[in-house]
Parts: sequence; structure tokens; C-alpha cells
Amino acid sequence: MITLKFILNGKEVSITTEPHIRLLDLLRDKFDLTGTKEGCGVGECGACTVLMNGRAVNSCLALAAQVEGYEIVTIEGISNGDVLSPLQKNFLLHGAVQCGFCTPGMVLSAAALLDQTPNPTEEEIKDAIAGNLCRCTGYKQIVDAIKETAKELQVK
Amino acid sequence: MNKEFSVVGKRVIREDGFDKITGRAKFADDYKFDGMLYAVMLRIPSAHAKINSIDFSEIENNEAISAIITSADVPGIKKTGLIKNDQPIFCDEKVVTPGDVLAMLVGNSENELRNLVKKAKVDYTELPLITDPAKALDQEAILIHPDNGSNLIVNHHVKKGDVEKGFEKSDHILEQTYTTPLIEHAYIEPEAVTAIPLGFNGVKIIGSIQNPFTARRIVAAVINLPLDKVQIIQAHLGGSFGGKDDTMCILSARAAVAALKANCPVKIRYTREESILESYKRHPYIMNYKVGFSNSGKIIAMKINIIADGGAYASMSPFVTWRSVVQATGPYEIENVHTEVRAVYTNNPYTGAMRGFGSPQPIFANESLMDEIAIHLGISPVEIRKVNALKNGSITATGQKLENHDVNLIQVLDKAIYAADFQNKWRANKKEKPLTKEFDFNNPVLQDYQYVEPDKLIQKGIGLAVSYRGCSLGAEGIDTASAYLSIQNDGTVYLLSGLAENGQGMRTTFAIIAAEALGILPEQIFYLETDTSRIPDSGPTVASRSTLMGGGAVRNAAEILSGRLKKIVKEEFKLSEEDVVSFRENLVFSRKKGLTAKFSEVCKLAYSLGINLATIGYYKSPSVHWDEKSGHGDAYFTYVYGCQVAEVSVNIGTGEVYVNKITAVHDPGTVINKLGAEGQVYGGVTQGAGYALFEGITTEKGLIRELNFDQYLIPTSKDIDVIKPVFVEGKDSYGAWGAKSLGEPTLELTAAAISNAVRNAVGKRFFNLPLNLEEIVLGKKLCPQEVKRGSLQ
Ligand code: FES
Ligand code: FES
Repeated sequence: MITLKFILNGKEVSITTEPHIRLLDLLRDKFDLTGTKEGCGVGECGACTVLMNGRAVNSCLALAAQVEGYEIVTIEGISNGDVLSPLQKNFLLHGAVQCGFCTPGMVLSAAALLDQTPNPTEEEIKDAIAGNLCRCTGYKQIVDAIKETAKELQVK
Repeated sequence: MNKEFSVVGKRVIREDGFDKITGRAKFADDYKFDGMLYAVMLRIPSAHAKINSIDFSEIENNEAISAIITSADVPGIKKTGLIKNDQPIFCDEKVVTPGDVLAMLVGNSENELRNLVKKAKVDYTELPLITDPAKALDQEAILIHPDNGSNLIVNHHVKKGDVEKGFEKSDHILEQTYTTPLIEHAYIEPEAVTAIPLGFNGVKIIGSIQNPFTARRIVAAVINLPLDKVQIIQAHLGGSFGGKDDTMCILSARAAVAALKANCPVKIRYTREESILESYKRHPYIMNYKVGFSNSGKIIAMKINIIADGGAYASMSPFVTWRSVVQATGPYEIENVHTEVRAVYTNNPYTGAMRGFGSPQPIFANESLMDEIAIHLGISPVEIRKVNALKNGSITATGQKLENHDVNLIQVLDKAIYAADFQNKWRANKKEKPLTKEFDFNNPVLQDYQYVEPDKLIQKGIGLAVSYRGCSLGAEGIDTASAYLSIQNDGTVYLLSGLAENGQGMRTTFAIIAAEALGILPEQIFYLETDTSRIPDSGPTVASRSTLMGGGAVRNAAEILSGRLKKIVKEEFKLSEEDVVSFRENLVFSRKKGLTAKFSEVCKLAYSLGINLATIGYYKSPSVHWDEKSGHGDAYFTYVYGCQVAEVSVNIGTGEVYVNKITAVHDPGTVINKLGAEGQVYGGVTQGAGYALFEGITTEKGLIRELNFDQYLIPTSKDIDVIKPVFVEGKDSYGAWGAKSLGEPTLELTAAAISNAVRNAVGKRFFNLPLNLEEIVLGKKLCPQEVKRGSLQ
């Protein structure tokens, strides 16, 4: 067993766990943050995407032990209580959510992009979510939602 | 479109959007229960084997195992199926396909169970494999289900006129064979379900279940309890596309058997590998088309012979292939037709319902063929279709006269070619001779003549495809739907239908319909949890029937209640008999006196008067009929029409096909939610492009090669550039204000349009999907020789 200290959705947390579990399991099983999904377990679908110090990572490929000292953000940490972030609001307005299973991962990949590249081109948007598979939407509405958010954030 | 609508046809945000965008929506694997155990499957790496014995002695006393479940533990029927009962819950005699499950270990650590299950010793004898559907009906073929008497699952035919005479009268005859691959649904959420034992009250099941009432029927039969003792609750469903039906019924039944035996909640959740291994898929088809036509392009006779690979179990094959037999000639009026479709058993993964449901395959063949006829005659793809297109009053291949709705085939075609500037581009790109160079397999070193000038590398092409599609179940079975609606005394509303949300946005569509009929906002309607104990069975959520059938039921419920409210408004406000009361923007109007009251006031009033403001609405389809013997009948009570134009760039050096643009013109009847409708087009077209260009499950000795998304490729954000949805809203009297079907039409056309675009770009016709790199460059499919993969071995 190891004890890990890190920042989870803005709060300092500490937990004792088996060292070999994945970050995905740590979040889902130990913290009950079930917004992070598992779609493939091999780093291909992006449903498990979370932010690690602002970068989008597949939590199915990260070991829990790797989070020591890091700042982790999951979908549960993206909105401010019941107030949606601009990205979340635009996802809904553009119809970027259908079944919603890929959605948390998509939102986090998009959040990481806008953080690093506030004014992305369409190609950069497509690249940023190329590792997030969605079988429902066909991606167009997701790309539009991200574009629109970038525009809004520029204006501010 | 009816301009008086206040919410119908607008862009409405999903009612479950907030929960989904914040990660709060609970999908099946997000549910946890006290004392919950897990179940892990025992399989063998064989696609066809006789099971001699299973020996659990090494693990049966292990503390990590709470129960071992085999066929002997199943209290009710041991084999099940949606149409034929041929699929064992647990195999005890044979396995007939690699996904088959022999037994299940139950315990509280899934990880430990996964290790322990490897220590169960199964003694089995391999049996000869049938993996080629064309050989399944050979005399010497081994019988996969001996009690079926043959490997034939079903045989449908349609006959009109006399094809042989028609061929004699024809000026030209073409004959071609087309094939399509095995396709995985690839919903991003893998299967998951939990069964909770309720003592005398039976069992409660929460899972990623597409059709809760079908699951209830099967679970009840398997655990031998009456229907009312099986309660099925649908979790938020992470995609289905027709795929979470049979598999989920069986997983629910297995979980229920285990939960009752262990007397604890039991969860089954699949990894992606298990999901691809065990779930059913879309049928591969082998399709032979022979067509006779006149110099002017009029088709005189069409003879079609199709073999559908049903895989190891019948599943939905009889219905899937029935849609194929009805629609195989495409949306054309042809005097002489003979279509025969047979579905056969093989040891391949079994096939059942998947978005399209027996239409994407024949459309690929038929629409490829139409282009070939046009090229043969030197006319354009548009002309050949117009000469033969179905119109109002046309007689289909099954002898049905098309009436009572707008037969908008030519309208969608015209709109699409105009929007995409088809004719000019097609002529400009047209290649008479193949640009791709034949590859010499005996001498794989590239030769001088195979050199491609850099500026010739990328070739542009444009192609189109059209279709018609029967709405809902047609003559497959009883077609009814129900909806529960209850108005509260403050004007808010509860709504629930017997159909299920699969991610497509059905709940939002229904909320819009109820809101429109009551003159309130969709946000005032609270959609209840889908639970088989709360609402009448409305049949399955399939065949793009929700909006049409369920929408009809919701409208019926809303109109019953608004009728009651209108009556008391007249009485209370002393309006005359002939006055007309209407509801709009949460207000109540009298035609004569104008604004009369607020909607909420009238609801409160009704409550105080003891008026019942809850009801169950109902919608039954108009009757259809089918005569299986003659292959004739009014197969569906109404139809939808679509046309897609694909624009592609083909790299003739690498074989890569990039989709620049798809213009998708559909007539789904009245559009209820513009946002949702566009979403169906984007998603359907994208799935259709995957089907066209790279998707396919292959097997080696019956074992699947592509078990995860590293090998089974689905489209990403980078694979398709522009998709342009266009709606033509034809009039129809059925359902909710003539709103019909859209989910499947959007997918079924794309591969055919892309294939025709590739032909236009490179001058060569491809007959076998997918049009992947090797198909374009080498004209054949390449596969690794051996299955070597870590995850399951
Ligand atoms: S679950 Fe991590 S990438 Fe698919
Ligand atoms: S919305 Fe269903 S997978 Fe993306």
C-alpha cells in the first residue's frame, strides 16, 4: 500500500491504495468520480481523459502512483457547482452531446487545448480531439463548440 | 413545414444534456450496490468445438469465488433468442462461435476472478469450421445447429412479373457481385449490467439495455419468474446503434441467475475485447445482381441473389434480411423482379440488428450498379435514376402502391445535385480508363510504368446514391407504442414512454412533442426513468421508429389531456360551444375572447375540480400485410427518401480515400428537433464513411483479429471534412404531425455514394467494401496470417 497526496479538482487529497492500480480506477473506485469513463483500456478511445497539471492524459494508461504531487482535474471539476463552464455550455448549444459517454473525455481534451492554444485553428481542434473517439456525433458539433468557446474567450 | 409550430422544428438542447456534460449522468457501470459481486466469463479459444467436460476442481474451493454458474444453474429456458431460441445462456454441449460462454465465476474481486478463470480446465474436441457463408448450404457442410435440419436460417423472396422474359426484352444486360464486411457497432460504452435480488419480489436489473421489455421477457423466461417479478431499469446508454439488444438480454439473464444463486447484487461489465468478442455485428452480404435495361436506361428486369452471413445464431437475421428483400431493388419502379435472400448459419460472430438493418448492403450493390448502367449507356448518374425513380402512385417490387405520403425521391435528388453542383463536377472528374496501376504480386518491385506523376497523385471524384426506406417495423410484427403523461397542478409535466433513449435524443424529441401540444416549454417536462414496471411495453426501440410511433403516442396523450383542460376552460370561463380554446406560451386563449388564463391556473383549477390529469397515450400503426409465400404485400405503411452526394480525394499512390464533403439530403417528414436531426445526419454519415473506407472484422480460424480500437478502426475527428445536412420535409399524416424516420437513412447511403465517387475519381469500380488502401492499390484485402494479441490469450 502507498499513500498519495495530490490535488483533485482543486482540493488537496490524500489516499492510501494498492500501488498497481490505474489512475482511472483510483478516480472511479476510490473517489467515486464516475464521470471518467473506460471505453477501451488501451489508450485508444480517450473516454478516460483527465487533466494532469493541465495536460490531457488517458487515465487508463497512467498508474495511480504517478499522481503524487500533481494537480488532477476530472469532468466533475470543470463546472463551478451547477454553473457550466463556457465549453460545457457550448457543447450543449451545438448538440455536441448525444449518448454522452465520450463527452467527459472530449471536454477535458478541449479544455487542455484551449488552455495551451487559446485561439486554435480548425486543424488544431481536430488534432486535439483525434484521440477521443465518438461513435454518435460525427465530431462536427464538437469542433464547432470548441471553436465558439475559443471565440468567446478571445472577446473577454 | 407547418409555420404555426412554436417549438417543433427549433433547435432544442437535450433534456439530459446537463447531467451528461457534468459527468453526473449514471451509465450502467457507474452503479454500485452494497455487497455487490462481479461475474467473469469462462470461454475457450475455439469457434466450433464439442465440450467434453469442465473441471473446476482446482478453483472451486477458492475463497475468492462465491459461486460458479453453469447451464445447470439456469432454472428456466436454457436457450434463448429474439426470434429463434437457438442461443444458450451457458454452453454445455458445444461452442459454435468464439464469443460463447461456458460458465461464470462470481466473487467480489474481478481481478482475482480473471486470474482464476484461467485455471478451469475445459476438455473439448475441435469440430470442422464453417466460416464461408457461401459454403454453409453445401451438402457436406457440418450442421451448426443440428436440430434446425440445415444451416439455413431463413429464405425470403420477392417476385414481380417475369425476369427471364424481361431479360429477353432488354437491350443490355449487366451482372455483378458485391460483398460487404462484418461490422462492429463500436458504441464507446462497453456492456454492463447489475442484477439485484429482491427475495419474493424477484429481481431488479439496471444496465446498458437498449430494449428493456425484450430483456424482461428473456430474463423472466431464463429465471422462470413471471414478467412482473422482473424489473428492468435502463441506465444512461452509451450508444447502441442496434447493438445492445440480444447481448444485453443474455448478460442480464446471466447476472440474474447469479444474483439469485449468490443472493447478492451481481455486476457483469465487459472490457472492450470481450465486447467485440461476444456482441453481435452487422451482416456481411454476398450479393449477385443481374440487370436488364433498354437503350434509354429504363430497367426492365432485375434478378438478385443474396447470401447473408448470420453467424452462429439466428438473432434478428430473419427480420434484417426481410428488409433487404423488400428494398433490394432500390427506389426504382421495375416491371420484372426476382429477389432471393438467404441467411445462413456459420461459425462466425453472430449478426443481428445494426443501424441500417439490412439496407446498407443492398444499397451499396444496387447504387453501384445504377452508376455502372449509366456509364455503360454514356448517360449521367442523375439521368439513370430519374428514368427509373419511384414517384407518387408507383408500384414497388413487392406490389405496393406508394400513396398517402409525398414520394419525394426526385425532390431529394434534385436538391442534392443542386447543392453539390453534381453534374458539372461529375463530368469534369470522369475517368474513362482506370488510373490505378495493376499490381503484379509475383514481382512486387514497382516498375517504371507504375510511376505516378506527382500532380496526378490526388484524384478528385464525386458520386451519389439514393434510397427509400420503409418506416418502423412494417410487417415484421405488432407495431404499437405508449406514453404516460401527467400534468401537475402548477403546470409542470411528467413524461415517460415505453421506448428507450439510446443516446439519439428521443426523450428530448418527446418532450418537444408534448410541449407543442400543451403550449408549454420543453423544459417544463420532466422525463422519468425508463423502468419496465412503470409503463406499458411499447416494443423495441429499433427501425428508427421512436419519433414516428412513440411520438404518435406522446401526441395522443397530450391531446387527451389538453382536451380535458379545454373542456373546463369553456365551462369555467363560460365560453360558447363554437369557441376554440388553444394553448400557447403557457397561456390559454379563446378565439373569441383572446387571452383567458395562464396554463398553470387552468391546471390548478382542474385539480380543484377533481379532473384526472394523467393518462396513457397510445399509437398503433396502420395495418400492413405480407404474404411470405408470394413475396408480396404492403410491406411498410410509409416511407422516407434520401440522397447523399460524396466528394472525395483519392491518393492513387497510397490508396487513401479522403472524404472532402458529404451533402446529405433527407426527407424524414416533419423535423421535430433541428439540433437532434442534424446530429443524426452527422453521426450516421460518419458511421457510413467508416463502413465505406476502413471498418471490418476479420477472423483467422474463426477467431476475431480486431478486438480493440487499436485494430478495429472507426472514424476520428480527422477522417471526414464537411458534412452538410439538408432536410426536405414531406407531408405525411402519421405519427406526430408527420414526423417519420431519420437515424438509419443517414447511414445507409454513405458507403454507396463514396464508392461511386471513387469510381468517378479513378475510373475503376470496386466491388468489395471497405475501400481501404490495399483494396484501392492492390484490389484485394490483406490480413495478418496469425492472430497474435495479448489481451485475451
Ligand atoms: S479507456 Fe483510456 S483511452 Fe480508452
Ligand atoms: S456522444 Fe456517444 S460516443 Fe460521443
